[in-house]
Amino acid sequence: MKPINEMRLTFPSRSANEGFARMAVSAFIAALDPTVDELSDIKTAVSEAVTNCVVHGYKEGIGKIYIHAAIYDGGRIRIKIRDRGCGIPDIKLARTPLYSSLGEERAGLGFAVMESFMDKVYVRSKVGVGTTVTLCKTLNLKDNC
Amino acid sequence: MSLNIEKNKELTTVYLSGEIDHHSAKFIRNEIDSVVTSLAPRELALDFSAGTFMDSSGIGLVMGRYKLINSLGGKLYVKNVSPGTEKIMKLAGLDLLAKISSKEM
Ligand SMILES: Nc1ncnc2c1ncn2[C@@H]1O[C@H](COP(=O)(O)OP(=O)(O)OP(=O)(O)O)[C@@H](O)[C@H]1O
Ligand SMILES: [Mg+2]
Repeated sequence: MKPINEMRLTFPSRSANEGFARMAVSAFIAALDPTVDELSDIKTAVSEAVTNCVVHGYKEGIGKIYIHAAIYDGGRIRIKIRDRGCGIPDIKLARTPLYSSLGEERAGLGFAVMESFMDKVYVRSKVGVGTTVTLCKTLNLKDNC
Repeated sequence: MSLNIEKNKELTTVYLSGEIDHHSAKFIRNEIDSVVTSLAPRELALDFSAGTFMDSSGIGLVMGRYKLINSLGGKLYVKNVSPGTEKIMKLAGLDLLAKISSKEM
């Protein structure tokens, strides 16, 4: 399936770029005329995935974060967020609500938020290689009459 | 992101504004904690009326402040949250730890 439109972004895993990533993806999606709620759900899900690359994938170090966003027929959106960081040893455990490998001030709700705000969330990861999170959502297109 | 703290021994109110994410959470946490630990107020209110964005880093922030004020024997209130933010807070069960009130329209 060929996308109608797509974009790619690469940026270093500095926390200041979390806001930039959400804004860039929402600006790209804006062409579809999403509702305020849809846009807010997508921004939040992107923020969760990007923050995970910064906080967990690359930990103290700085690496590159790759985003590929694509729009398909019928208002379907797919956003891939990838790092070449440490990887996730147990994906099922990682996706469990309230689980966090970092105690302190992390709620362990990033994946739960992504799942509740998007239609589908896919996670691929390999220890020592990196992690790819794919977020999918179909927007409720308004009739242009 | 900026914040304003109304210091009072009875009720201390923190007015949060702008985007609350992992990037801004550290600054917010430090500002609130230095006031709360020195003043030990009876009640702490976090007011989100000027907040424009929040993700799970904000949940961690609220949970951490709950632990702090609770350890000092005080109570936490979460005020003026937007529907999007309230959705995330309920997902986290924050409504069991603090009284949450929505934004007045
Ligand atoms: N990109 C990643 N690279 C390595 N580990 C990851 C990555 N994303 C998630 N994880 C692992 O999955 C766990 C769960 O992630 P999730 O986002 O649900 O919670 P959290 O980031 O720990 O807390 P919160 O998102 O609520 O601040 C993390 O604690 C971490 O161990
Ligand atoms: Mg997370």
